[in-house]
Amino acid sequence: MRTVLPFFKRGMTITLLWLFSMILLPLGLLIATALQLGGTDIWAIVSSERVVASILLSFKMAFFATVVNLVFGFLLAWILVRYDFWGKKLMNALIDLPFALPTAVAGIALASLYAPTGLFGGWLAKIGVQIAYTPFGIAVALIFVSLPFVVRAIQPVLESLDPAYEEAADILGANKRITLTRVIIPALAPAIISGAGMGFARSLGEYGSVIFIAGNVPLVSEIAPLIIMSKLDLYDVRGASVVALLMIGISFLLIFLINAAQWQIGKKMMQVK
Amino acid sequence: MNNSTIRLKTREKANRQKWILITLGFLFFAVILLAPLFTVFYYAFAQGFALFMQAIGNEEALAAIWLTVKVALIVLPINMFIGVVMAWTIAYFNFKGKAFLTALLDLPFSISPVVVGLMFLLLFGLDGLAGKWFIEHGFRIVFAMPSIVIVTLFVTFPLIVKSLIPTMTAQGNSEEQAALILGANTWTLFFTVTLPKIKWALIYGVILSNARAMGEFGAVSVVSGHIRGLTNTIPLYVEISYNEYQFIAAFACASLLAALALLTLGCQTLLGRLQRRKVEKSLHSRTA
Repeated sequence: MRTVLPFFKRGMTITLLWLFSMILLPLGLLIATALQLGGTDIWAIVSSERVVASILLSFKMAFFATVVNLVFGFLLAWILVRYDFWGKKLMNALIDLPFALPTAVAGIALASLYAPTGLFGGWLAKIGVQIAYTPFGIAVALIFVSLPFVVRAIQPVLESLDPAYEEAADILGANKRITLTRVIIPALAPAIISGAGMGFARSLGEYGSVIFIAGNVPLVSEIAPLIIMSKLDLYDVRGASVVALLMIGISFLLIFLINAAQWQIGKKMMQVK
Repeated sequence: MNNSTIRLKTREKANRQKWILITLGFLFFAVILLAPLFTVFYYAFAQGFALFMQAIGNEEALAAIWLTVKVALIVLPINMFIGVVMAWTIAYFNFKGKAFLTALLDLPFSISPVVVGLMFLLLFGLDGLAGKWFIEHGFRIVFAMPSIVIVTLFVTFPLIVKSLIPTMTAQGNSEEQAALILGANTWTLFFTVTLPKIKWALIYGVILSNARAMGEFGAVSVVSGHIRGLTNTIPLYVEISYNEYQFIAAFACASLLAALALLTLGCQTLLGRLQRRKVEKSLHSRTA
């Protein structure tokens, strides 16, 4: 397509300059700084007990949060799309709260709420459960942060899914469970994978909402961004860069896997059609 | 049992199922989202309105609020300019590598805020690539306002571009081409043809990036240096006060940010409704 519109060259120049200086240059510098350390030093940091424990912890808690959000995020998307009830519009608007609320604010609110002196923490203490300042505190924060990713991914697809398919399944003799697992979930699969995946990726790097409630005990409840912070406090810029690079690598790998999975599913759907 | 009672029973069952699901959804929603929100306002006003005002009017708090507003006032116009230029280039023209550029726009969201701060610390720090030059010429970047502005730009610029691109791609550039052939110059073209088309999407993006700009914590925390009264933004002031057990101060300032978040969500909903009405209207006028 040829177009007579002006400002392409200048627009492209500004775009490329901006993206280069804002993204590629800082990223390149991070890689260069990390590589100033030799291979053995880099391996020593990556495989150190604290770093491995923090990454594993983030994975475990993000996985737990994702599973919880898949169940309840699906439920919320379902009632928002299929039912009418009082307060629905308010609920729909507030689902995005974790996107709009600054992470530090969410962090202190969750920490006060689940601390033994707080409302939920007090109830839980009576049955002998402690959430705040334990690894489960991290899971609570990550559930809060990644909920809208799941709901907002499922909602539009569910809206475009015609209830006639479910009726057809019902008439053909499928029970509720079969309708759910064979009709609804396959149609939502790409949306579920991208929503849960993006929420998971975001969870791994989350900082502000986690640090207040986590307790931050090394090897027990310390997340990877906090290791970067403590290395920076010791002026260990290179060590911090290595950990940062490891985190970036993991999140890129995740995004790649999400895209690959979606592509695979898309291919399968094309064959069916 | 005849047919109609069976139908009645299944309808009753469906109805009961509906209310069970709605109740469960509401419970989860209240525990996970509403409870933290109420906690912020509860602790902010727990000791009365006078103490709340005192906490906000405190010199350090006022300095933090003023710094946050200043940063947003610098960041937003730059974001608007870059956002419109990028969206114009990406949405209105076809070129090689378009998908790659669009993918790059997602990068700032997938990098941990702490890592973002570290990257710019490397660039502008004392031994940094650009840092040395700036220090020799008498500019302070890191541990001063410029670095706060830069990391905030990094985490917020894709928001405006990404809200503009879908609208601009969907509406196409035929109106601009027509205006150009009729003799409009570039500026008239932009202000009388393009801007009215993208107005709502632009406002939407600006509101969203304003909320993110005022609330950014992790990245700012790395580069700001936490200098009291000088480089503390509201989120940093909230953190420091909370860690010093000054809960009223922490939650009073946090409640300002929470109010901003609610305002943002309100505007978002309103703009969404306006846009939908506009689309329906244009569809209606086309079919009529």
